[in-house]
Amino acid sequence: MSFLDLDEFLIDLAAQVEVVYSPVVDAKEYPENVDVCLIEGAICNEDHIEMVHKIRARTKIVVSFGDCAVTGNVTAIRNQLGLGNQENVLQRAYVEAAQLNPCIPKLDGIVPPLLERVIPVHEMIHVDHFLTGCPPSAPRIKSFVSQLLEGKAPQLTGTDIKFG
Amino acid sequence: MAAKTLTINGQQVTAEEGATVLQVARDAKINIPTLCHLDGMKDVGACRLCIVEVVGTPKLLPACTTVIAEGMEIKTESDRLRKYRKMTLELLFAERNHVCAVCVANGHCELQTLAYEQGVDHVRYDYLFPKWGVDTTHERFGMDHNRCILCSRCVRACVEIEGAATKSIAGRGAKSKIISDLNEPWGEADSCTSCGKCVQSCPTGALFNKGSTVAEMEHDRSHLDYVVTAREKKLWVTHA
Amino acid sequence: MQLDELKAIAEKKKASAKKVCLRTCLSAGCISSQSDVLHKNLATEVKAAGLENDVEVRRVGCMGFCGQGPLVGVDHKEGKEELFEFVKPDDAKAIVSHLKGGACDVQKGDPQHPFFAKQVKIVRANGGIVDPENIEDYLAIGGYQALHHALTEMNSESIIDTITKSGLRGRGGAGFPSGIKWGTVAKSPGAKKYVVCNGDEGDPGAFMDRSVLESDPHLVLEGMAIAAHAVGADQGFLYVRAEYPLAISRLQIAIKQAKALGLLGSGIFETPFNFNVDIRIGAGAFVCGEETALLASIEGERGMPRPRPPFPAVKGLWGCPTLLNNVETFANISAIINKGADWYASFGTEKSKGTKVFALTGKIKNNGLIEVPMGIPLRQIVEEMGGGAPDGHSVKSVQTGGPSGGCIPAEHLDTPVDYESLGKLGSIMGSGGMVVMDDTTNMVEIAKFYMEFCMDESCGKCIPCRAGTVQMFHLLEKITQRKATKRDLDKLEELCDMVKNTSLCGLGQTAPNPIQSTLRFFRSEYEALLQPDATGAPVGANGTAKAH
Repeated sequence: MSFLDLDEFLIDLAAQVEVVYSPVVDAKEYPENVDVCLIEGAICNEDHIEMVHKIRARTKIVVSFGDCAVTGNVTAIRNQLGLGNQENVLQRAYVEAAQLNPCIPKLDGIVPPLLERVIPVHEMIHVDHFLTGCPPSAPRIKSFVSQLLEGKAPQLTGTDIKFG
Repeated sequence: MAAKTLTINGQQVTAEEGATVLQVARDAKINIPTLCHLDGMKDVGACRLCIVEVVGTPKLLPACTTVIAEGMEIKTESDRLRKYRKMTLELLFAERNHVCAVCVANGHCELQTLAYEQGVDHVRYDYLFPKWGVDTTHERFGMDHNRCILCSRCVRACVEIEGAATKSIAGRGAKSKIISDLNEPWGEADSCTSCGKCVQSCPTGALFNKGSTVAEMEHDRSHLDYVVTAREKKLWVTHA
Repeated sequence: MQLDELKAIAEKKKASAKKVCLRTCLSAGCISSQSDVLHKNLATEVKAAGLENDVEVRRVGCMGFCGQGPLVGVDHKEGKEELFEFVKPDDAKAIVSHLKGGACDVQKGDPQHPFFAKQVKIVRANGGIVDPENIEDYLAIGGYQALHHALTEMNSESIIDTITKSGLRGRGGAGFPSGIKWGTVAKSPGAKKYVVCNGDEGDPGAFMDRSVLESDPHLVLEGMAIAAHAVGADQGFLYVRAEYPLAISRLQIAIKQAKALGLLGSGIFETPFNFNVDIRIGAGAFVCGEETALLASIEGERGMPRPRPPFPAVKGLWGCPTLLNNVETFANISAIINKGADWYASFGTEKSKGTKVFALTGKIKNNGLIEVPMGIPLRQIVEEMGGGAPDGHSVKSVQTGGPSGGCIPAEHLDTPVDYESLGKLGSIMGSGGMVVMDDTTNMVEIAKFYMEFCMDESCGKCIPCRAGTVQMFHLLEKITQRKATKRDLDKLEELCDMVKNTSLCGLGQTAPNPIQSTLRFFRSEYEALLQPDATGAPVGANGTAKAH
C-alpha cells in the first residue's frame, strides 16, 4: 500500500518497468529472468520457502522490502511462544478469536503448513538490498527505486534505513 | 586542575585533568556513539559502543571511563570500530524482542537511532526470540523486558539520582533481568517512590508511562538533568 | 611470639616424631572415596595393635596422584617410604598388620614413579606431608620463619626487590610480574591498603588452588602476610568459592591457630606489624575470579567487573590500593624469602621462572596434581608423567587454560610449558588446568562445551560477551547439528574477533580462545560438518559465498 503512496511517480515508473509478478498481477508462475524483486513479508510457511528459492534462482536483484521481510517484525512475534507453536497460533486465530465458523483451515496441498518459526528472508536466501520501515515511506521507496533505475547499487543512509 | 592536551581524530584539544575521553570529545563536537552512558550518572563502560583506539594501547578502550592523559592520541572512527559497533547493535537486536513498529518508543528510541546512524539495515544473527514478560503492576509505569538492553541506566538513576535503589539486576548473562526490590512485581516494591526517573532514563521502550501507545513514549531527560545540576552545582535550573 | 619460641615449638614437634608415620590423604578428592573413614579405621587399628607409641596416624592434604586415590603414605624413621593406592576403609587392618611384617594385598604404589620423580615441589612441598589442621606440623618444617625474616631483616623495598628478582609471575593465568604489581601497590598513596588472595578457582578441570588451600593453608597465609608487610597493608581477604567447603574450614582453623600464636593479628612477632585475614566466600559465579568482579563481591556488590584502568593496585577495595594475587602466587612467597631470588630463578626459563602446578586430567592414565619446573616440554608431562592416553588410544590434544585457553595439538607436544610458548600456540598458561584429549575427541564439541560454559558464566554487563557468547554458542550448535554453512563459520570467526576485542573483562576477551585455537589446528573437523550454501549467494573471489 505504501508503494501506492508514490503517487505520480508511479506513472514515471510505469514507463520504465514492467511488473511481471505481484499479488495484483494475474500471473500464476513466477517468471524467469526477473531484474528486481521486492519481497514483502517474512517467511512463515512451506510455500514461502519454495517461493523465495524460486525468486532467488530467477531474479538478479532481490530486495527485502519492509520490516517484516527484513526482521520478521510483527509477524514473527509468534516465535516468542517457543518452537512448535503452530497449532496454538492457529487455534488462537481461527478458533478462539473467530466470530463465525470457528475451525482451523486444513487442506493438504492447498493450505500450506506453518513453519516452526517465522524467519526474515535473508535467513533463507541471499538478499541484495534491504529496505526497512513499517512500512517503508514513499520517499524512501522512491529514493531506493530511482537509484536502482539509474543502474546504481542503492545506498540508503540515516533515517532512510530506520526500523519501524 | 592541570590541563591536558591530547588529539582526537587529529584534532588537538585541551581539557581539565580527570576528564574522560567522552566528555572531551563531546565538548569538541566529536560524536562518539553511546548507549549505557547518561549525563549525570556514573559510567560503567558496559555497552562498548564508545570504544576508541588509543595509539600505543593494544586494547580498545571505552571513551566513557577512560581518563585523558597528556599527549594521548585517540581515534574515534575507523573501519574496525565501525564494524564492531554495528555488530554490537545487531547482537542487541537479535538478543530480545525489539519490534520497532509496535513499540511505544518508536521514533524516540536510542537503540533505533543508533542502528540507522551506524548503518544497520538488517541483522545477520539469528533472532533468539526469548520469552520475557511485561510487568504492568505499577500504577503509573510499565516494564517490558522484551525491549530491555540491560544498559543499567534505570538502576543507576534509581540509586544515584533518586536514592531509592529499587531497581537492580538479577541473574547473569543473557538471563539477566532488571528487577524491583527483591524480584517483586514493581507495583509491590515498597522502596519505589514512583518518581519515574528510571522511565526517563531508559534508552528504549522497556520502561514506559502506562497508557502510552505506539511511538508515544517520549523521554524527558531534562528532569534528570535538573536534579543532577541542582545537586552538583547548586543551581536549580535545567541545563541549556 | 619470638623466633626462639617458634623454633622451640618446631623442635618439640620434631622430637616427638614416632617411628612410623601413616599419612592418609584427607583432601576433597580422596574423602569422596571415603578416606575419612579409612583414616579413622587406621587410628582404631593402630590402637588395637598396640602401636600408638610407634605409629602416628596423620591427616594430610593432597599427595597429588589423585587418580590412584585414596592414597596412604608410610614414612619409616630410617627413611624408607611406601605408598598405598586405591585404599578402601576395610584395608586399614591389612596396612597396620603390614607394619608388623604381615602380608598385605593393598595395591602398592611407587613413590619413585615418573609422576612423582619428575616433579619439583615448591608450592606443594608440604602437601601430603603436613597435617593442614595442625599449625605445629607447619612450624616443624620451618613455617613462618620467612615471615619473621621479612619482618625483622627486610623492608618493603628489599622484599619487593627479592620478588622482582625471583622472576615470579602471577599464577592466576595472565602471568603479570608479581614484583611490579607489589611495587605499584607499595607506591600507591593511601593510608589503608589491602591484600587479597584469589581462591575463586573456577576453570573446569582445575583444582590446584583447592589442593593448596586444603593441604597447606598456612603457606598461603604466610605469603599473604609477607606481601602485606611489603605493600603496607594491615588487612587481608581470602576469597574462596563456596564450592570448596573443606578449604574454607581448614583456612578458618589455620587463621585461628596462627592468631593464637601471634603469627596473625596485632603486633606479629612483637613488631609493629598488624595483619588480619578474613575469609570471603563466593556465591557461585565464575566471573568473580576476575579481579575487579572479585573486589566488587568482597565489597558486597553484585560480582561484576568494571573497566580497568584504574587497576586494583591503584584503586581496589573501597577505592584503596589493593594487592590481588592468586593462591599459588602467595604460596611461592615464603620459599623465595627463605631461599632467595636466585635460587627461585634457577628454575624455569628466561622469562618464566619457578615452577607451576597443573591439574592433569582427561584422557590420561595418571590423573592428578603435578608441580613441574617452567619450560618442561609438554610431552614429558603428558607421556612420561601422565603415561599417555589409556586403552590404546593416542593423545590428540592438550587443553590448557580452561575456558580462556586453547587446545594444543599432539604435533606440538614438544612445546616447552612457559607463558610465551603457550601464548604463541594460541593458548595460555592459565591457572593450571590441563585436560588431555584422545583421538576419540570431537574438537568442535569441545569448543562448544567451553562456549556454553562462558555463555552461562557471562555476567551480562557488556553486550559483546553477554549476547556474543550466545550467538557463538548458537552457531556452534548449528555446526554440530550439520545445519550450518560456510557463511555461518565466517560469522563465527568474525564474532570471535569482535568479542575478543570489545569485551569489558578477561572472561569475554578470552572466551573465543577455545574456538580460535581449535579452528587453527582442527579446522577440517569444522569444515566436515558444513552444508553447501543454498541461499544462492554469489560466490566471491576467494571461492566463498559472499556474506550479507
